[in-house]
Amino acid sequence: MSKHASYWKANLRLVFGCLVVWFLASFVFGILLAEPLNSIRLGGYKLGFWFSQQGSIYTFVVLTFFYAWRANKLDQEFGVRED
Amino acid sequence: MDLQTLTYIVVGATFALYIGIAIWARAKTTGDFYVAGKGVNPVLNGMATAADWMSAASFISMAGLIAFYGYGGSVFLMGWTGGYVLLAMLLAPYLRKYGKFTVPEFIGDRYYGKSARILAVICLIIASVTYVIGQMKGIGVAFSRFLETDYDTGLYIGMGIVFIYAVMGGMKGITYTQIAQYCVLIFAYTVPAVFISMHLTGNPIPQIGLGSKMADGSGMFLLDKLDATMTDLGFGAYTDKARLSTFNMFVYTMSLMIGTAGLPHVIMRFFTVPRVRDARASAGWALVFIALLYTVAPAVGAMARLNLMNTIQPAPGQWIEVDQRPQWFKNWEKTGLLKFEDKNKDGKIQYVADKAKNEMVKVDRDIMVLANPEIAKLPNWVIALVVAGGLAAALSTAAGLLLAIASSISHDLLKGVFAPNISEKSELMASRVAMAGAIAAAGYLGLHPPDFAAGTVALAFGLAASSIFPALMMGIFSKSMNKQGAMAGMLVGISITLFYVFQHKGIFFIADWKYLQSWGSNWFLGVEPNAFGAIGAVFNFVTAFVVAKVTAPPPEHIQHMVENIRVPAGAGAATGH
Repeated sequence: MSKHASYWKANLRLVFGCLVVWFLASFVFGILLAEPLNSIRLGGYKLGFWFSQQGSIYTFVVLTFFYAWRANKLDQEFGVRED
Repeated sequence: MDLQTLTYIVVGATFALYIGIAIWARAKTTGDFYVAGKGVNPVLNGMATAADWMSAASFISMAGLIAFYGYGGSVFLMGWTGGYVLLAMLLAPYLRKYGKFTVPEFIGDRYYGKSARILAVICLIIASVTYVIGQMKGIGVAFSRFLETDYDTGLYIGMGIVFIYAVMGGMKGITYTQIAQYCVLIFAYTVPAVFISMHLTGNPIPQIGLGSKMADGSGMFLLDKLDATMTDLGFGAYTDKARLSTFNMFVYTMSLMIGTAGLPHVIMRFFTVPRVRDARASAGWALVFIALLYTVAPAVGAMARLNLMNTIQPAPGQWIEVDQRPQWFKNWEKTGLLKFEDKNKDGKIQYVADKAKNEMVKVDRDIMVLANPEIAKLPNWVIALVVAGGLAAALSTAAGLLLAIASSISHDLLKGVFAPNISEKSELMASRVAMAGAIAAAGYLGLHPPDFAAGTVALAFGLAASSIFPALMMGIFSKSMNKQGAMAGMLVGISITLFYVFQHKGIFFIADWKYLQSWGSNWFLGVEPNAFGAIGAVFNFVTAFVVAKVTAPPPEHIQHMVENIRVPAGAGAATGH
């Protein structure tokens, strides 16, 4: 496999992994499983409600920075970094 | 100092700042004009993106929506932030690597033809124009309420300000003004929230206050108290009342996410940074700055709702007397956005879920943020600040949208299709003329808002979600996607979305022009029309892949181009050609 092809494959794996977390934090914990999660409490928050109005957003922020950091490392590993 | 004078001073000072910045950052080349010379620092670009993105709807309306929908309002919070995750990973780095100025330009090149480019321009203009009408209305309303001018005058002032900094500065001016506007709007949003959180829970951080115990000595958590108050009066519980159905919430959230990732004025922001890795980081920074507002908004919504309930019903079963209603209540009655009707003539105002007995006949959701400081009895300077913040939010988004419209006219239609040999100087001139024209048109629509103004934001998202987002994604992630597939996908996605929205709300939102009424509403698996963009996108993807399967694959050089944009190295200086 060429260098570019294996770079692309590694990149797709990274993106897919991040999107799984993105989906869990919002659609699964915030919507699909919100009701059962609501029986667990986080201070004054019910957990499902917390994920839908706070937790998902914090997860998104961490996730984009994690992606940027990993993707930059991939660029370096495969020698396709700019400059 | 009285409120009026303070408002003039605060709003005047912020405007002087914006115009000063516009003069300082004048655009000299088309590169400056379209993409700010591609030299914007990613943190600053993140801030500008946040201001660009957070419109009057985010600033003024969103907390109000959450206050009334409770848990159901989460779709806006997750949808309008989660889209940035998609942008950061699926679009921004690759479009930056490609290195052109506009979204239709990429679509035209990737799908090798002017027809694809023109189709993209049409989608872009419909989405942006519908969105900009809402901003112009927001500007007019905010001015008329607080500067006590009439609506028209307020709108003219707003148009003048947008004209000066957008036409002169282009993307460069807009970027730097938006950074200032972000600072104004986030400060204005947070300060009242901190005061109110402190007052209700004793905790100054609203995100924590929302999950804290009440400071009134009852020992109850704020959200539990709110749930109890609401269920006592027959409303659904605040923290678990879903919007229509779980499936509908799922689809609505998805539509807002991919709509966000497909809106051209947001995508354009990622063309303004120097390198691919800056585009990735910039999406993260944009999200940080957006999250600062979006995690405070649920606290503002819940606390405003609780304050409103407590004002009308100070103790269980004890309703407020009509002639003892507070001053803020009377102020907002004058605007017609708040209305009560003493149905049982007992001289008190009952606020209950039962429509026959409810005497709060109108509580416009848009007043919650603007009235919040007054409800919480905050000092006048805070109220003046909120006005300045709301205007900053509306102006920055309007400017970003107008730039997206102007560049698609001058760059995609004029230079790309009709007059390819135009000089850079004439193109710059043309984009300024297009921008001025767009401002005049938006102003006209703001003065004579069409019937459909209220429904348009949902349509803008639905269009972007069902047409632009899938076309861009397939352009990057599928080497075999061809022109026929992508164009068929865009057409089917847009048409189906329009069909569903217009069937519910009437063609062009004119109520008399509804059709197929016998099908009932939300007939597609219970999906409401506002949430249909994601379904349209699914139709887009499926159509595109089926058509691409049975038609000729894209030419060799296009497949090379796709391979090239997938790798960051060699992005180099961007070109406009």
